Amino acid sequence: MKIPDIAPGARILAFGHYQPAHVVTNDDLAKTMDTNDEWIQSRVGIKERRVAPAGESVEDMATIAGGKALAASGLSPEDVDLVIVATCTLETQIPNASAIVAHRLGIQSPGAFDVNAACAGFCYALGTASAVVRGGSARHVLVIGAEKLSQWVDWTDRSTAVIFADGAGAAVVGPADTPGIGPVVWGSAGDKADAIVVKDRQHFLHQEGQTVFRWATTALHPVALEACRRAGVEPSELSAFVPHQANLRIVEAIARKLGADNAVIARDIVNAGNTSAASIPLALSRMLERGEVRSGGLALVLGFGAGLTYAGQVIEIP
Amino acid sequence: MAATEQDILAGLGKIINEITGIPASDVTPEKSFVDDLDIDSLSMVEIAVAAQDEFGVEIPDDQLKNLKTVKDVLSFIQG
Repeated sequence: MKIPDIAPGARILAFGHYQPAHVVTNDDLAKTMDTNDEWIQSRVGIKERRVAPAGESVEDMATIAGGKALAASGLSPEDVDLVIVATCTLETQIPNASAIVAHRLGIQSPGAFDVNAACAGFCYALGTASAVVRGGSARHVLVIGAEKLSQWVDWTDRSTAVIFADGAGAAVVGPADTPGIGPVVWGSAGDKADAIVVKDRQHFLHQEGQTVFRWATTALHPVALEACRRAGVEPSELSAFVPHQANLRIVEAIARKLGADNAVIARDIVNAGNTSAASIPLALSRMLERGEVRSGGLALVLGFGAGLTYAGQVIEIP
Repeated sequence: MAATEQDILAGLGKIINEITGIPASDVTPEKSFVDDLDIDSLSMVEIAVAAQDEFGVEIPDDQLKNLKTVKDVLSFIQG
């Protein structure tokens, strides 16, 4: 038996993203439920979000974001040998999204699987992609987070409808002489599985807001610090902190406890809502597009959500 | 010596001021968190976490929803 040439490191070559065109403002929501702009902004920090129309699927959004990341990387479809889609909001369980997305992008017979770690999904998929590239099982991996939360939300329930949204973000991962993706720190708290659930096919997504908020604001900053420690990076060296865009108050609470004083804090939720597994690559891609983060800087990404699950790692911004 | 109700009230006022900006002097026993102080459910969680650090008494989420007034919290912390 022999092992192929093993890459000393893996890095992100490029990001891409896609958002549906339709903007839903807080005023729009106030027309159909007991809420208003001030109520929503003070509790979750969201001003507007994007919602995909009935004909636009998770796979559609994933394909566009993945195609953009691939184009930005300068690679051709034939260079990609693994596609991972992180999602928890497919319309049906079978087939998976990744094989369809790969086919639509002209990627010929790659490995293709989906990851369901809810809002932590992108960081799980990125950690897996990094390990796969360094282990020699794939050379280039297309990692996509794509969600259509709007089809799992009760649009009369203000505790969830004001938060969740649709979108997709993607990253191309490839080999590198020096590491550009740090060790992933991941874990779960299955004792709190009931905190975020879709009970069955007849039910919408339900969230125990206080339980999730308490967990997110007390249990996750140690994970963030551990991801920095394992990458050998001080929080003060981070140029960006991009946690899952769950709720602006959670984002700011974790950022405060992390103490990354020189980092830009992602606040993409304000205009994009909570897009679960899509939120981190979506935020990073948009921050790059707006010139808010610089190529070569270090960013800490931290996903967390249903399960409960969490994962984070330090990355070099492409 | 166990903390007196006055001590706990003062500590709670300080916590609520830090989290919500409400003057500590407004935090009096008869006040309702929602109706009088306009404190939302997520701020209540932050207050519960800070109160646990300060007084060493855990206020779980299923208990938190029953604590409607400042006096309810004082009684809970005092056991």
